[in-house]
Amino acid sequence: MPLSTRHLLGIKHLRPEDLHLIFETADNFKDIINRPIKKVPSLRDVTIANLFFESSTRTRISFELAERRLSADVVNFAASGSSVSKGETLLDTVNNILAMKVDMVVMRHPLPGAPVFLSKHIRANIVNAGDGTHEHPTQALLDCFSLREKFGSLEGVKVAIVGDITHSRVALSNILALNMLGAKVRVCGPPTLIPRHIASLGAEVSFDLRETLEWCDAANMLRIQLERQDIKYFPSLREYTMRYGLDLPLLNSLDKKLVIMHPGPINRGVEITSEVADSEQSIILDQVENGVAVRMAVLYLLAGT
Amino acid sequence: MEQQPRLDLFPAGKLTLTLQRLCHELAENYGDFQDTVIIGAQPRGVFLARRIGLIIKEIVPTADLPLGELDVTFYRDDLRRHAAPLQPNQTRINFQIEDKRVILVDDVLYTGRSVRSALDAMLAFGRPRSVELLVLVDRRHKRELPIEPGYVGIAVDTIETQRVLVELKESGGNDEVFLIDRT
Repeated sequence: MPLSTRHLLGIKHLRPEDLHLIFETADNFKDIINRPIKKVPSLRDVTIANLFFESSTRTRISFELAERRLSADVVNFAASGSSVSKGETLLDTVNNILAMKVDMVVMRHPLPGAPVFLSKHIRANIVNAGDGTHEHPTQALLDCFSLREKFGSLEGVKVAIVGDITHSRVALSNILALNMLGAKVRVCGPPTLIPRHIASLGAEVSFDLRETLEWCDAANMLRIQLERQDIKYFPSLREYTMRYGLDLPLLNSLDKKLVIMHPGPINRGVEITSEVADSEQSIILDQVENGVAVRMAVLYLLAGT
Repeated sequence: MEQQPRLDLFPAGKLTLTLQRLCHELAENYGDFQDTVIIGAQPRGVFLARRIGLIIKEIVPTADLPLGELDVTFYRDDLRRHAAPLQPNQTRINFQIEDKRVILVDDVLYTGRSVRSALDAMLAFGRPRSVELLVLVDRRHKRELPIEPGYVGIAVDTIETQRVLVELKESGGNDEVFLIDRT
């Protein structure tokens, strides 16, 4: 059974069956990337353009490794130093790249909806690698894949998403994916950083970190996205850390082994301390490893459509 | 639906006899099966490889024949030519194939493309000393690549519209192999 879509624009556009298919395929790829020879020839005749109109380290490297381990040809593009700064439109930039016979586009863009817009105008398969404050579907997929690895199934698992929910595309994609897989979701953060109608997406809201951590099985600690905040949403980072930062004493005071996640990049000492990030309960580096396997699965499945 | 004309290629328990014959042929060539491994191509080649391993154990009790399972899905050359991507199976090769004599087992040999993919997939695990191919059914005259089996259960001449259906007990079948006309 194939995916129900030709593009990965957002979790919103997927069905639960798609998620399960991606996870099952990623299981196989995880096996492959742990072999001595980590490469398979599946996408030997496919060319993929990575268009990053916004900075990224992890996601770009993860996508590029996934592409190369599938034997695809890869071209990279970063907005700085390109014709974008000369005033070219998105559609023109992409059409010029596609004229050089590119089959798939992986795009990160600061504007929400940019990948949807593109999918209406070009033929190539599009993978959204983050569009502004909207969605980051592969991050949600790898988060859920990592939780599935930890808990077996996400059915009934309680997941808290803590931090800057308003400006987080990771939060939105995660809420949608977790709900689709039967997990229970709660968001937690300062009232100014929680969107007002978030409950309509099926997420509970809490402003109390301790209460939230006592409730959940896993906590996804988000970064404060200062670069997207046009006004001050809280008095100071120090105050944020005191009320919503996770440190070892707080973690140890819980009477359970909470699973700690972080989509990266970490601001050590702000949302979580180093001791927590590097603790045994943290699966942050598993998330990164799984990211490559999940992205291989997505690219493989989309290339076949 | 109208019953399609089908020809049973291994009537009345002949499948067991054929597998035993193949195992005797292997024993002739491999002696005590020193440095030999058997790898089945997913899914049905694995079932056959398992049975072959058991029969060889009866013929040569000292034989120690590790069994591997190989999935070739990601090594196929026709991903973009299929309507939908194929569902992968597991690959399980928990031993070194470096410098080993490999017996590769598959159910049906037709164009040779699956075997080409299997060779590719296998080489990702190391460099075997030799590879020989064992197939239950060899559909002759339609090879698209220069690949020939060393051990053949039955060779049949088929036309393109025909199909070979292998239904083994392991996958809920009745140990039957049919040649079917697709009209």
